[in-house]
Amino acid sequence: MQVGLHHYLTVSILLFCLGLLGVILRRNLLVIYMSLELMLNAANLALVSFSRFNDKLDGQVLVFFIITVAAAEVAVGLALIVALFRKRQSAHVEDLTSMKL
Amino acid sequence: MESINNLINSGAVTDVLFYVFAALTLLCGILVIVNPFSRNPVTSAMFLVLTIISMSGLFVLLHAFFLAAVQIIVYAGAVLVLFVFVIMLLDLKEEQRRKIKFFGFIMGVIAVGGILSAFVKSMASVTPSSDNPKLEGDTVSLGHLLFTNYTLPFEVVSVLLLVAMIGVILLSKKKLE
Repeated sequence: MQVGLHHYLTVSILLFCLGLLGVILRRNLLVIYMSLELMLNAANLALVSFSRFNDKLDGQVLVFFIITVAAAEVAVGLALIVALFRKRQSAHVEDLTSMKL
Repeated sequence: MESINNLINSGAVTDVLFYVFAALTLLCGILVIVNPFSRNPVTSAMFLVLTIISMSGLFVLLHAFFLAAVQIIVYAGAVLVLFVFVIMLLDLKEEQRRKIKFFGFIMGVIAVGGILSAFVKSMASVTPSSDNPKLEGDTVSLGHLLFTNYTLPFEVVSVLLLVAMIGVILLSKKKLE
């Protein structure tokens, strides 16, 4: 059976669920951030395969923008984590509960 | 020689390559979030690099050559260096195993299962418009589209990058005022 759209979509779905599982289950802020990157990449893979199998280049342009925004997001997020670590000396989500009622 | 050419034209090689890259992507993705050997974030970052590189292999198989190059340069080259740099700055100790709350674990798995079933259901209704795609995602056609139909988003993204840069500089100052 030839590899088609559904094969790529299956990989993308599994990768997205892996990333979501990482965000929910891991407790380290940095690893949570890496799982977020995994989810973004899964979305990119789905977009590129849709663009390939529908003969439209627009999906790849969207992926280009997603990569740019993800790079900006990582820079800001990591700066926030560093600022947080300076205040609390911890990168563990269970230690960051000052907003809890 | 002729048999090799036939093999390439029939698409059997690309099919095998797809399975190799897909398995590599998923395996390294699993090792990013649950690594049985080490709880150190550095190992997670290294496996994230492997995931991204094998995913750019998938992009090449989809004929998105420009995006494959961008993926390696931007993600593996810039974003992951940033991650490793921050891990070095934070000087994290080896993370001790804390007990995962049972209730949270169950709810997380249920949520992921729900999303998975929704995805699978929607995937069944998707049909590709062509079985034998001809689209090439090379730099020329992508750049042409970027500077004709997508000029405004392109400019907006440049402003966004500037804003992010200013924000990062402000956030990483010693004293916020």
